[in-house]
Amino acid sequence: MSVTTLPSRGATLRQPGWLARLFDYKPFLIVMCLAPAIGLLLVFLTYPLGLGIWLAFTDTTIGQRGIYIGLENFQYLLKDPLWWNAVFYSIFYTAVATFGKFALGFWLALLLNNHFPFKSLIRAIVLLPWIVPTVLSALAFWWIYDPQFSIISYLLVDVLHLRDSNVDFLGSPWPARFSLIAANIWRGIPFVAISLLAGLQTISPSLYEAAMLDGATSWQRFRYITFPMMMPILAIVMTFSIIFTFTDFQLVYAITRGGPVNSTHLLATLAFQRGIAGGELGEGAAIAVSMIPFLVFATLFSYFGLARRKWQQGEAND
Amino acid sequence: MTDVAAQSNVASATPDTMAWDSRARRVVMIYLPLACFILILLFPFYWMAITSFKPNAELLNYKEHNPFWITSPTLAHVKHLLFDTAYPRWLKTTMLVAIGSTFLSLFASTLAAYAIERLRFRGSPYVGLGIYLAYLVPPSILFIPLATVIVQFGLFDSPLALILVYPTFLVPFCTWLLIGYFKSIPYELEECALVDGAARLQILWRITLPLAVPGLISAGIFSFTLSWNEFIYALAFIQSGANKTVPVAILTELVTGDVYQWGALMAGSLLGSLPVALFYSLFVDYYVSSLTGAVKE
Repeated sequence: MSVTTLPSRGATLRQPGWLARLFDYKPFLIVMCLAPAIGLLLVFLTYPLGLGIWLAFTDTTIGQRGIYIGLENFQYLLKDPLWWNAVFYSIFYTAVATFGKFALGFWLALLLNNHFPFKSLIRAIVLLPWIVPTVLSALAFWWIYDPQFSIISYLLVDVLHLRDSNVDFLGSPWPARFSLIAANIWRGIPFVAISLLAGLQTISPSLYEAAMLDGATSWQRFRYITFPMMMPILAIVMTFSIIFTFTDFQLVYAITRGGPVNSTHLLATLAFQRGIAGGELGEGAAIAVSMIPFLVFATLFSYFGLARRKWQQGEAND
Repeated sequence: MTDVAAQSNVASATPDTMAWDSRARRVVMIYLPLACFILILLFPFYWMAITSFKPNAELLNYKEHNPFWITSPTLAHVKHLLFDTAYPRWLKTTMLVAIGSTFLSLFASTLAAYAIERLRFRGSPYVGLGIYLAYLVPPSILFIPLATVIVQFGLFDSPLALILVYPTFLVPFCTWLLIGYFKSIPYELEECALVDGAARLQILWRITLPLAVPGLISAGIFSFTLSWNEFIYALAFIQSGANKTVPVAILTELVTGDVYQWGALMAGSLLGSLPVALFYSLFVDYYVSSLTGAVKE
């Protein structure tokens, strides 16, 4: 009796339900596992990206399907001084803010790489500007830049007596441009500093010991050890930083909305103003698409520029 | 003996001066700049907080009141915010959107990372790279066509639109983070389970996931923060005042007219920042490790 029952039990064990077997079939499982992520990205990222490029060649407005009009949107933009203004300010904003963020962020990372009390607490505090919603800290900056009640003006005029009148931060083009850049640098420093700190901590102390034995000064140690060793991580962090600074939207939209007299429009805020607020979806999409060449160029430049220098350095040292 | 004593004197004198020198140097080279950095990085928050609790009379009169301090703190701005505006509703919507999109992204990216890292198939590195590249597509390029897609789906003005759209920037980040995490879990554990006849999904659920909990927490809190802070999609896809998220609502609903209610605005900003700040203070180490881990990958 027992001999006849045993094989059948074994058979049921070896033969789970068809569903379980299907989920153990590797190709099916791979498809099932990738489906949610790839599906979401295809529907809400790849498709809109293609659609955006298509929209840029149409005269679609809100509530009306457009027709293909070729390069008309782009021809219009090339003749539009506001678009050129936005291109100029986007590049200027990205260049100055990135430089500021990396100079100050690298400095902060070097400072944080020392030993001092409450180190982890300070590291935690430093990241705060990056954690808090940008729009909300931008509002704080808006209040700090207030024409009448700016705290900076108060310090300069009433406490330090360095100026006679309040600083007009956001009232005229150039001060407004630099005020926005300052706010962007403030927000970007923590990310750069903490990422670079992680890179600094991977550099082996023995390199510095060897350099000190050879009598290298602290500047030489920085120039010939820290800097080259940090190149790969600098390249990655800078690529990210450039992409997200160039396409920045929230800070400008919250503080100036592109004013005064449209002098602080970035391409993204201009696209929003024309595309969503103005209803000209086609033109807005064309402005958004016009960011792509700049982005590709900036990415290639920062990534390969820095990576190549690292490679050259390695070559020279060998 | 005297020689030795003299020598030791000299020897002890030099390190002393050197120690003093290096301490002064340390103060100037490290502590001073560090203090400046912290002062500047924190000042906007201090200013935000102090403005939220100042009565209007003090807020706009620097001549008689020191602007850096409050003499008679008030909760009027917070009260106005909580009882006279739809702020609690905005907070609820934001919370719903942030939690919804976090869970959706965690679900999708855990499965994707598992497939890419552990089920290894031909071309799996390319799928990983493709997902990573999606992270480099900034929302500023996508929001106009996405708005038309959202309208086509009939999701315009619905928080569901945000829950579905936020994973486009959360999934790439989380997947990349989790791939790195899965790599650090020894494959032998899974092999043992395979030999014992466990199904793949059982392995993922019973063995890999419990070991990847720190990675999941990192990805989760990061997603939560990013979706809480998201602005441009929420601005473009939500029209009605009641469905707005906190960052958008403060900017579009509270900024009215030419006279800005700075007290209420700052109170709103402070309250809107507190949830992420609290969350952050609880999980600082996870934040730092996920931020640096994602960069290093």
